[in-house]
Amino acid sequence: MLKDKYRKEIEEILSRYPVKRSALIPLLYIAQREQGYVTESAMQEIAHLLRLTPPQVYETITFYTMFNLKPTGKFHMQVCKSLMCALVGSDTVVEWIKAKLGIAPGESTADGLFSISLVECLAACGTGPMMQINDDYYERLTEEKLDRILADLRSTGTSPLKSGPFMWPEPLNVER
Amino acid sequence: MPQHELILLKNMMRPGYTGSLADYEKTGGYQALRNTLGKITPPDVTAMVRKSGLRGRGGAGFPTGVKWGFLPKDYHGPRYLCCNADESEPGTFKDRQLMERDPHQVLEGIVLACYAIGAETAYIYIRGEMVLGAKILEQAIDEARAAGYIGKNILGTGINADVWVHRGAGAYICGEETALLESLEGKRGLPRIKPPFPATHGLYNKPTVVNNVETLANLPHIITRGPEWFAAIGSPPKSTGTRVFCVSGHVKRPGNYEVPMGMTVRELVYDYADGMRSDKPMKAFIPGGASAPFLTPAHLDVKLDFEHVAAAGSMLGSGGVTVMEEGTSMVWAALRLMEFFYHESCGKCTPCREGSSWLVQTLRRILAKRGRMEDLETLSDLCKNIAGRTVCAFGDAAVAPIQSTLKHWRQEYVDLINEAEAANLIRPEPVGRP
Repeated sequence: MLKDKYRKEIEEILSRYPVKRSALIPLLYIAQREQGYVTESAMQEIAHLLRLTPPQVYETITFYTMFNLKPTGKFHMQVCKSLMCALVGSDTVVEWIKAKLGIAPGESTADGLFSISLVECLAACGTGPMMQINDDYYERLTEEKLDRILADLRSTGTSPLKSGPFMWPEPLNVER
Repeated sequence: MPQHELILLKNMMRPGYTGSLADYEKTGGYQALRNTLGKITPPDVTAMVRKSGLRGRGGAGFPTGVKWGFLPKDYHGPRYLCCNADESEPGTFKDRQLMERDPHQVLEGIVLACYAIGAETAYIYIRGEMVLGAKILEQAIDEARAAGYIGKNILGTGINADVWVHRGAGAYICGEETALLESLEGKRGLPRIKPPFPATHGLYNKPTVVNNVETLANLPHIITRGPEWFAAIGSPPKSTGTRVFCVSGHVKRPGNYEVPMGMTVRELVYDYADGMRSDKPMKAFIPGGASAPFLTPAHLDVKLDFEHVAAAGSMLGSGGVTVMEEGTSMVWAALRLMEFFYHESCGKCTPCREGSSWLVQTLRRILAKRGRMEDLETLSDLCKNIAGRTVCAFGDAAVAPIQSTLKHWRQEYVDLINEAEAANLIRPEPVGRP
C-alpha cells in the first residue's frame, strides 16, 4: 500500500493544495516510481485517498503520456521525433537503436532491460538529436555516444553522459 | 556583432556561477524584493510593469501589467499565481535554461508577481519531463524559504507567498493557460471556454494569473532598474526588452541567445548562431515555435518583434527560431509538425481532433507519392475549417505549417503529386486513422 510506505510524502503533497484532486498527478508519480508503471490497485487506492471515483482517476491518467499503464523496460528510452530533432538526425538515432538492440519503437528487449518509444518535443531542440532515458536527458547524440550510454547503463545503471543543468551554447563559447 | 547588455542570461554567463542562493545574492539578487515589499504598493508595482511595456513571453504576447489589472479589485478571497513552465512548443528551450541555471531569478519574479496581484500561493507548473528542472527549483525554493524570501511573513513584512512546484505529465496542451489550470486541478488538460477568463475564474474558480517563466524572470530587473530603462530596450513602444531566442535546426551553433527585440533574423542566424551548418543556403525558417507559420529567406530582414513578424505573416510566439537548409522537403517538414499537432490535440473540439488526423493522412499520402491534385484543395479546405473554430488557439497553430508551406512552396506539393500521377501509382486508400 502506498499510504503506509509514503505516508509523510503523501501528507506533504496534500498540504500544498486547497482541493484534494490537485494531488492526483503527484500521487500517480509516486505509484509509478514504486513499480515503473501505475497498477490498477494503485489507481484504486489513490482514488480512495483523494475521495475520487476510480473512473475519475482513469480518465485523468489516460490523458497524460508520461504515465505507463503497463511495464516498460528498466531503461525506457524516449527518442524525440519532432521536426527540430528530425532536421538533425533523430530518425538515424532510432535506426541505430533498432540495429543495436533489435527493438522497434513500442518494444522491449527480451531481458526487459531496454524499451524504446518515440515521443514529441522534449524542449531540447538546440541540442538534438536527443532522448530521455527514465528521468535523464541525453543530448547531441552520436553513434559513439549512444554506444557508451548503453554500455554504461548495462554496467552501472546510470551514465555520466546525461545532461546537467542546461545551458547551450556553453558559457565558454560565449565571448560576450 | 553589435554589443548589447544581457539581462536574463547575465548571471549564468559569469564563470563559476552555480545558481545557488549565495551566488544570486552576490549579484544583487532579491534586492528588488527587499526594496518592494511594504515599500511600493501593489498597484504601483502593477503600474510599473505596465509602464515597462513587458509582454508575455509564452507565445501570445499579452501585456503583463494589463493582465494583472484584470483581477477584480473588490474580491477578498484567495488569488493564485501560476508560473507556466510547461515549455512544450517545439523549437523552444529557453525556460529550461532559465530555471535550471538561475532558479532564484525566476523565484524572485514569482514572489514579486504574487505581491503585485495579492496572491499568497503560487504554483510552478513545470513540464513533467523536466525532472532535473523540478528538482533544482525545489532546492532553490527550500533555500529561499530558509532565508525568508518565500513563505509566511516574508522578510518580516507580514506578507505571505508560498511557492510549490507542480509537475505536469506530458501534454503540450497544458501550456495553454486554461488547460494548465484544469491539469493543476487534477483533471484532463482540456482548455476551458473563455470567457470567463482566469483573471476572474481561474484556479479553483478563483482570480488567477498565469505568466510564463521568462516573463516573471524579467520582473526583478524592471523593479530595480525602473520601467523607463526597460521600455527603452528593444523596439519600443510595443515590443520592449530582450527575448531569449532559441535557435535550432541547420545552423552551426544552435542555442539560446538573448538579444533586444527588433533584431533581424539575419543577424540572429548569421552573427549569433554562426550561419548555416554547411554550404547549403537557407531555405526556410520558423520565427516563433511550431505554431508560427514558415517564412522564407526573403523575410531574413524582418525584425524580430511582435509587430514586424506579424506583418510578415507569421508570429513571434515563444521565440523558437528553427532554420532549414536547401534540400529539406517542405512537405516532409509540414508533416512532421502536423504529426506533432495530431498527437497533442486534446480531443475536445471536433474540427481539431478529426481535422488533424485527416491532415496527417492526406500529407502522408502526398509524401508517399500517392497523392491526387484534389488533395491540395482538401488540405486548404480542412485548414480553413479548423482555424478559428476551436475553443483554444491550438487549432490556428495546427494549420500554420500546412497553410504556410502551401503558400510558399506549393510547387513541392504539385511536383510530388505529378510524380504520382506520372507513375500511375494512385490506388484507393484504406480509410483509417494514421
